[in-house]
Amino acid sequence: MSERPLKIIGVPRRRVDGRAKVTGQTTFADDIFLPRMLHCKLLRSPHPHAIIRSIDVSRAAAHPGVRLVLTGKDFSEKFGILPVSQDEDPICGDRVRYVGDPVAAIVARDELTAFDAMDLVDVEYEILHTFADPLDSLERDEPRIHDYGSHGNVHKAVSMRFGDTDAGFDEADHVFDDVFFYEGNTHLAIEQHASVAAVDRDGKLTLWSSTQTPHYVHRALAKVLELPAAHIRVVAMPNGGGFGGKSDIFNHEMVVAKAALVLDRPVKICLTREEVFYAHRGRHPVLMRFRTGVKDSGEITAMHLRTLIDGGGYGSYGVASTFYTGALQTVTYHVPRYWFEGCRVFTNKPPCGPKRGHGTPQPRFGQEVQLDKIAERLAIDPSDLRLRIVEQPDTLTANYLRIGTIGLAECIRRVVAVSGFKDKHRRLPDGRGIGIACSSYLSGAGLPIYWNNMPQSGVQLKLDRSGGVTAFCGATEIGQGSDDVLAAVVAEVLGIDPFDVRTVTGDTDLTPVDLGSYSSRVTLMMGNAAIQAAERARELVATAVAAHLEIPPARLVFAERRVFDAEDPERGVAFQEAVCIAEAKHGTLGTVGSYSPPPSAARFKGGGVGPSPAYSYTAAVVEVEVDRTTGWVSVPKVWIAHDIGRSLNPTLVRGQVEGSVYMALGEALMEEQTFRRLPSKLSHALVHKFPSMLEYKSPTTLDMPEVVTELIEDPDPNGPFGAKEVGQGPLLPVMPALCNAVFDAVGVRIDEVPVTPEKVMRALDDKAKGGSGRYGPAAFPDIDWPDPLIVPPPWDGGDGCAVNDTREPGKKKGAKRS
Amino acid sequence: MSLEIEKSNAHLAMRVNGEDVEVSFAPYKTLLEVLREDLGLPGTKHGCELGECGACAVLLDGAPVLSCLVLGLECEGRDVRTVEGLASDGRLHPLQEAFADLGGAQCGYCTPAILLTAKELLDREPHPTRDQIRDALSGILCRCTGYLQIFESVEDAMVRASRPGERRASE
Repeated sequence: MSERPLKIIGVPRRRVDGRAKVTGQTTFADDIFLPRMLHCKLLRSPHPHAIIRSIDVSRAAAHPGVRLVLTGKDFSEKFGILPVSQDEDPICGDRVRYVGDPVAAIVARDELTAFDAMDLVDVEYEILHTFADPLDSLERDEPRIHDYGSHGNVHKAVSMRFGDTDAGFDEADHVFDDVFFYEGNTHLAIEQHASVAAVDRDGKLTLWSSTQTPHYVHRALAKVLELPAAHIRVVAMPNGGGFGGKSDIFNHEMVVAKAALVLDRPVKICLTREEVFYAHRGRHPVLMRFRTGVKDSGEITAMHLRTLIDGGGYGSYGVASTFYTGALQTVTYHVPRYWFEGCRVFTNKPPCGPKRGHGTPQPRFGQEVQLDKIAERLAIDPSDLRLRIVEQPDTLTANYLRIGTIGLAECIRRVVAVSGFKDKHRRLPDGRGIGIACSSYLSGAGLPIYWNNMPQSGVQLKLDRSGGVTAFCGATEIGQGSDDVLAAVVAEVLGIDPFDVRTVTGDTDLTPVDLGSYSSRVTLMMGNAAIQAAERARELVATAVAAHLEIPPARLVFAERRVFDAEDPERGVAFQEAVCIAEAKHGTLGTVGSYSPPPSAARFKGGGVGPSPAYSYTAAVVEVEVDRTTGWVSVPKVWIAHDIGRSLNPTLVRGQVEGSVYMALGEALMEEQTFRRLPSKLSHALVHKFPSMLEYKSPTTLDMPEVVTELIEDPDPNGPFGAKEVGQGPLLPVMPALCNAVFDAVGVRIDEVPVTPEKVMRALDDKAKGGSGRYGPAAFPDIDWPDPLIVPPPWDGGDGCAVNDTREPGKKKGAKRS
Repeated sequence: MSLEIEKSNAHLAMRVNGEDVEVSFAPYKTLLEVLREDLGLPGTKHGCELGECGACAVLLDGAPVLSCLVLGLECEGRDVRTVEGLASDGRLHPLQEAFADLGGAQCGYCTPAILLTAKELLDREPHPTRDQIRDALSGILCRCTGYLQIFESVEDAMVRASRPGERRASE
């Protein structure tokens, strides 16, 4: 086919589902109302850790309007998102692990009846010791919250050493040793999770759900319900915000599916806002210690990172989260020797999981604040320091991550220029300050959640004589614009308008598998699959039209809804006619495309977390004003430059960048998922401090600063039209840039987030009394780490394997999923 | 609330999106529930049902209210406008056009509430400043956009509103 300039890609455009979203016609899961539909409520544990001694549902079952009561006895299979953490029950059988764990499900004619009947379930609990603090979980092995994991209440402890870090520290002119804390926070999607299950007329089960990962829910339903997966359909409804909060498999999805099967009636559940705080799977609280050796020039000689991760009551994505706290330190700056030790413990709190950035914002925060301290000590401008140590393109890092394009230096230069950073840093009046930080993120995880060698994303296209093109893909629209990417990519290849493409997505019956909207994978993976399917369709149409016009196919151009001769543009046919000619020649038209990421260079255990087909890069400058009398930090302006490879729809790209900055400022300044004890005269139970949107503070229209977004476009060969991710990466540098700006403004270091006025005041008080003016964790605890996996880096002659891997040789081949 | 009341439905008339309707519903229901469950208007969303998130805002006699905090019983004879009633004569409202074009809606969940609240602002103040827009929308949480494209959409709508008759090419 003849080359032509891009017509759709890169042009700001109304998204294909834009009209539905502004007319209220986007159907979310709770908008489904079916005939004979019943409503489900889950009775949840008021105790954070207890054995269920007995449960009597007879009074509830007899309540007028109640149709069914389910308990743990109605299920025999556990589930969990990771194969190694199958630790959740649809309804708890014998043990509850946090306040909010479900103990019974009531299905009734309406929500109010179900709610009333919850009071009629009699549960007898035997209270167990509550693990409120990760340090307690480290120290106390009994009672075990789960009977699996590394040991005691340690879920996962890992140690991986890439090169001789001791020698690296010996080589250093300075060794910096800092402890940081990143408080947990939650997604707070405005849509509360909802699910509807129904048995079809042919006896098969359908679940419509607010999920980011219909394929994984599909697998879990088959396991828990003990039904063939082929007899279950999962439809991911458009999500009213996801941010990772709907990427796990939820007990309420299992429960309504079971209830629909038992009753042969549709059953709906919609979580209350309070319940959404319990469903959680949000940002892990992480305590971390960074030891970093540097030369006088700023060059890094070695890094040793330790993380202590508060996992909450279940595994969730936690094993992956643990590795992610140590995975991406090496992809921004050259780290020649790197030792990572990470430890996730169970506590009796709602399970943590993936939130935008999954496990990487916490160590990114520590790394970038420490770099600011290094720059300060070495008297190097912090942007210059970063430019000196930026990693090179086409590099294999110490931990075997393959970097292709890296636009970080350009991001730094651009953001420094547009913000006037050098004129402002250390030069603004007291109380005003400016800070810089950088980051990187994956464009899709290189490996799937469960080990398999099938594609990560599949796209099918149907073309017919109407001229209509339908694109089918399992990817999930969660607001980010995945349907728009699908339509735009297909339309670009076929020379039609995105609005000419009908998209059918997120439906396990109708669409080929795509693993879901997580790890910023959709644009790259679905996009590549869509290009392949569309190019195959174009080929079919081109051969038919070329024969019709009696010219070589290579001379054809697909553009402006026409297929025509590049040498004589008047000579050609309308797209619809072209499809008719092709249908006549080839028969019914359909094509498929699929995408599998390139193989990983990491062959050691745990090396499955971190590889990606492409890494995005971001640099941010944040300006703050700090009120010395109140400690209040306000942010007038943020400048951010993002290396996106290629922007497919700049309108949506900017929305992702600004939305990331917004969410990051919430994390930096106010958002925290924290807990408190009820008074002793009550139960003394560990409960969520404020499970409401009023008290869980998040930024409003009045808090949002001006944001200047710069996009760095250097197409990445692995991305569709060169595109890399944008949904998560731009969140990462904002929190550390803000802390660095606070230091610039008032000379105090807040080594944890959120940066609340109280912490600022304490640091200012400390400084006034002659202290260091630092607020943050004092120490990192002693942890019984496992022996490190020894993996020589590429420059030490390593081949990606650990030299002391004790697994049998057959399992070393290829990267192992964690 | 006693069982007697729960069992007997309220029946009342109101004007919804310019149409006179009569509706029967359980008297404890909020306007939000009556709209979504009894009037078949699920375009109005909910994020907390406690008056905290603003996602359920509708116009009641032209003024923005949180429909989760209004009882259906309070709406006898009153005028309610929801997102389903924003377009007219088969054409989107300028706010809807602008939000769709300029990224004002990402997931679309808070969008109905934002659109109605912005409509009330533009009805009252056809040329609001950025600060007036911020102020008017401050009770509605959006987790996707960071609000900036929402502000720009409202500002663009105010320009579009002064140029009636213009239509998008792709319609």
